[in-house]
Amino acid sequence: MKAVLELYRSEQTRLGAVILTLVVLIALCAPWLAPADPYAVDPAARLLPPLSHAAHWHLLGTDSVGRDTLSRLMYGGRVSLAAGFLAVLISAVVGSLVGALSGYFGGWLEIVSGWLIDVQLSFPFLLLAIFLLGALGGGTIAVVLVLALATWVNYARIVRSQVLSIRHQTYVEAARAVGASQSRILFLHVLPNAMALVSVVASFSMAQAILTEAALSFLGVGLDPSTPSWGTMLNDGRDYLQSAWWIATMPGIAIGITVFGVLSLGEGLRELLDPRGQR
Amino acid sequence: MLRFALTRLARTLGVLLGVSLLTFLIGHASGDPVLLIVRGDATAEQKAQLRHSLGLDRPVLAQYTSYVAHAVEGDLGISYRQHVSVASLIKLRLPNSLELAGTAFVAAVTFGFLLGALAALHRGGLIDHAVAALAVLGQVVPGFWLGLLLVLVFAVHWPLLPVSGYGDLRHLILPAVTLALPTLGRMARLVRSAMLEVLGSDFIRTARAKGLRESQVLLRHAARNALLPVITQAGLELGDMVGSAFIVETVFAWPGIGRMTVNAVLQRDFLVVQGCVLVTATAFVLINLLVDLLYAAIDPRVRVRV
Repeated sequence: MKAVLELYRSEQTRLGAVILTLVVLIALCAPWLAPADPYAVDPAARLLPPLSHAAHWHLLGTDSVGRDTLSRLMYGGRVSLAAGFLAVLISAVVGSLVGALSGYFGGWLEIVSGWLIDVQLSFPFLLLAIFLLGALGGGTIAVVLVLALATWVNYARIVRSQVLSIRHQTYVEAARAVGASQSRILFLHVLPNAMALVSVVASFSMAQAILTEAALSFLGVGLDPSTPSWGTMLNDGRDYLQSAWWIATMPGIAIGITVFGVLSLGEGLRELLDPRGQR
Repeated sequence: MLRFALTRLARTLGVLLGVSLLTFLIGHASGDPVLLIVRGDATAEQKAQLRHSLGLDRPVLAQYTSYVAHAVEGDLGISYRQHVSVASLIKLRLPNSLELAGTAFVAAVTFGFLLGALAALHRGGLIDHAVAALAVLGQVVPGFWLGLLLVLVFAVHWPLLPVSGYGDLRHLILPAVTLALPTLGRMARLVRSAMLEVLGSDFIRTARAKGLRESQVLLRHAARNALLPVITQAGLELGDMVGSAFIVETVFAWPGIGRMTVNAVLQRDFLVVQGCVLVTATAFVLINLLVDLLYAAIDPRVRVRV
């Protein structure tokens, strides 16, 4: 509770929390807020600039087949945020588990996971993602898994180093002396104390996931082009840069606002948890 | 030092093994290349014959070892789509990529250092705020989106520069700036904080107290010490830049390795993708090795933690 209050006291975190809440609310309430059906094609309303009126108002204009940009932006937020959130959840669980086990037990587990991490970090991640999605096929689930793959390394490393330093604390020794089992010690005494940093990594990973989804869908190897997401919208707008600037500009702004919110929150968390980071 | 170098080398070999294995397996899983080559009316017998002549009926492990054995000799196979050797395609496109990435990297590091130092010297000034804004912008939006905006402003609204393509120096400006901007922002911020920390330290006060000229204090004492974290970051940024170059090249139709790879993925020409990925990752691993060894040579403390 004290932590939440302290978070709220920081201006930066407050701003991040407000922005993020707004973005999530808009995405969640898209079916009620959106002025039009994001899939509705209207040949009479193609490439309308912002603030134009056809069958109804198009506040942010329409795309090349007459779909309302604002509505697609709202629905796209659902897809981009959900994909990012799922990816963060998967990679946090897998990464923390790998980090905890390799830090706690060491041995071949540590060697193999260290090797895997080294191998993955040898690729520019975007290149690996393009290759994987191209070779094994795209689709929403594949994109989420690839986004999760992007960040599990961060959790594994942080949790491992945390576990290494916690492992020999007196209270862990005490638990061992009392006769607690290995798994009880790991999951009840060691892991919870490593979780604070995981929340920081998670917020930065969320930002990375949103940006990576945008990049992959923009290149045409990510989400299905008919799915409205911020990345696929950027891809839609690319061919109309010269005649319809708003199609590619708007999703970029949406990404910028969202990622700014996420990073502000993450930065606040980090300052709270790591006194050395305070300025 | 020798022990450090040998351990590091052994680790590099292990990583290279993993990199080649992973690359090969993903390429292998991409599908049957025979179906790409033959016409629709080919009989099963013809397909089997082709598969045999390409060596695709051997066990996966045997295919992998022969792929690596050839790759070491610079032979990455022949593109099933373009009927040219993958190595020659890479040789053709690599210089263009290096030109773009090299320009962007040098520009980002140079201007990042200058702007960061200026921001530190004039805290709260115009440059300081501009650097902070640029750093945030580079962090929160995709780099290629900034490129799209640059195109909108400098190629569409004011047609000063070409929208895309390869040619004279003017073609280089927009993609290089796009690639450089996020790195520049991060560099400038890092230099700023490193400079502020150094400027507040005792030896700078001593240097000033000795009566050294301010320019000498800044260049000789402050900048040199602020350089260390910058070099570390520069190495990381180089890797990041190679990754974003794949998108920037695609946005600006720049005929480099990145665009070739993306196009090859879309055309399902996976031997080309495999080759590009292998070359890039290997270069990455070797550069990392080199940086680590250099570091250990400069800073003895590094040698202890392997």
